[in-house]
Amino acid sequence: MNEHSNWYEFSKGIIKENPNLVTLLGMCPTLAVTTLASNGIGMGLATTFVLVCSNLVISVLKNVIPKAVRLPCYIVIIAGFVTLIDFLMKGYLPALHSQLGVFLSLITVNCIILGRAEAFASKNPVFKSVLDGLGMGIGFTLTLFCMGSIRELLGTGSWFGLSVPWLSKHPMTVFIMPAGGFFVMGILIAIVCKLKDRKPPKEIGCSSCPHKESCSDEQKAECDGKEAEAV
Amino acid sequence: MSYIMIIVSCVFVNNIVLSQFMGICPFLGVSKQVKSSVGMGAAVIFVMVCATAVTYPIYLLLERFEITYLRTIAFILVIALFVQLVEMILKKKLPPLYRALGVYLPLITTNCAVLGVTIGNIDNDYTFTQSLTNAFGTGAAFTLALVLFSGVRARIEDCDFPETFKGVPATMIAAAIVSLSFMGFSGII
Repeated sequence: MNEHSNWYEFSKGIIKENPNLVTLLGMCPTLAVTTLASNGIGMGLATTFVLVCSNLVISVLKNVIPKAVRLPCYIVIIAGFVTLIDFLMKGYLPALHSQLGVFLSLITVNCIILGRAEAFASKNPVFKSVLDGLGMGIGFTLTLFCMGSIRELLGTGSWFGLSVPWLSKHPMTVFIMPAGGFFVMGILIAIVCKLKDRKPPKEIGCSSCPHKESCSDEQKAECDGKEAEAV
Repeated sequence: MSYIMIIVSCVFVNNIVLSQFMGICPFLGVSKQVKSSVGMGAAVIFVMVCATAVTYPIYLLLERFEITYLRTIAFILVIALFVQLVEMILKKKLPPLYRALGVYLPLITTNCAVLGVTIGNIDNDYTFTQSLTNAFGTGAAFTLALVLFSGVRARIEDCDFPETFKGVPATMIAAAIVSLSFMGFSGII
């Protein structure tokens, strides 16, 4: 992986390996907080901050952390930064903090962060890990911004709180409800697949799972066996 | 709030998957067959109830020393260790149960529904028994959503979608429709 340029490591997260739309990680916050465009951006930036910091620290400590207990170690590092951003937001952006609510604490278990720690930061030099975190974070933020904009425009007829002339007369409330979240996400994944001219991922399976390297072979076989049966 | 109200509220009205968007990854990943979704659901109920029983006293301890801001770190660490412990105990003592739940256990550590429930119990000021009821109800809600959705998915396998929508996009849109049907329960409490 070392032959890739720094620019590649940075830019791959934005479109080519977009964590939401291509590798289908971190679905929960993507669907839950994107009822408003501003919430999407806030959540995206908070996650980017945690992603960059945890990638940095994990990459620095990659030779110190024993392999057997690496997952708990990563989780503690991530949870530390989440607590930090939680405090910062409570202090400086209290309105956004109350909008995001419990999902701010749940950044800890966002599989994008653990997935990047496991798949990238634990194997690569520090500078590249930071770039990777930044790229993935920006990709995540952009997706959340798109989702939030679509849902806010169609659901409430406004954008960042400014009402849009024609749409505000005919808001489709279903788009800011949970069902609308699933719907917009499905359409976005389909559009990205169409633009990239490739088939959409068949299933969310073992290959994109952040736990894939910690699973025993027996468990992997069972996971894949179940998939093979289902297909 | 009475215990029945808590259960009805978390199973139908505020279904954790379909209206609060927690635990979407296992919801989409493991719902391919009814059998595996029941297994996953059982593992989640078990871990949720036990994790609540463990984290509730820990929160009291954090409160005692006025360091409640450490709750995210403390809870996730306890859940991760607990899941590991359960896996080891089941492997040694109850091999049949381990074979049934084993695959799903490591996945549960990063299932945000478990952390979400333990934090939600604290935010809602539930008592210890109310917390346990809430954890059980939420686990049951997760299982219900998973089992219902695995039935829906068996049907959409046979449908003729446009090429771009085959696979995950179709699954998402089906999830939207299932979630729409749960909106009918809103307002009954």
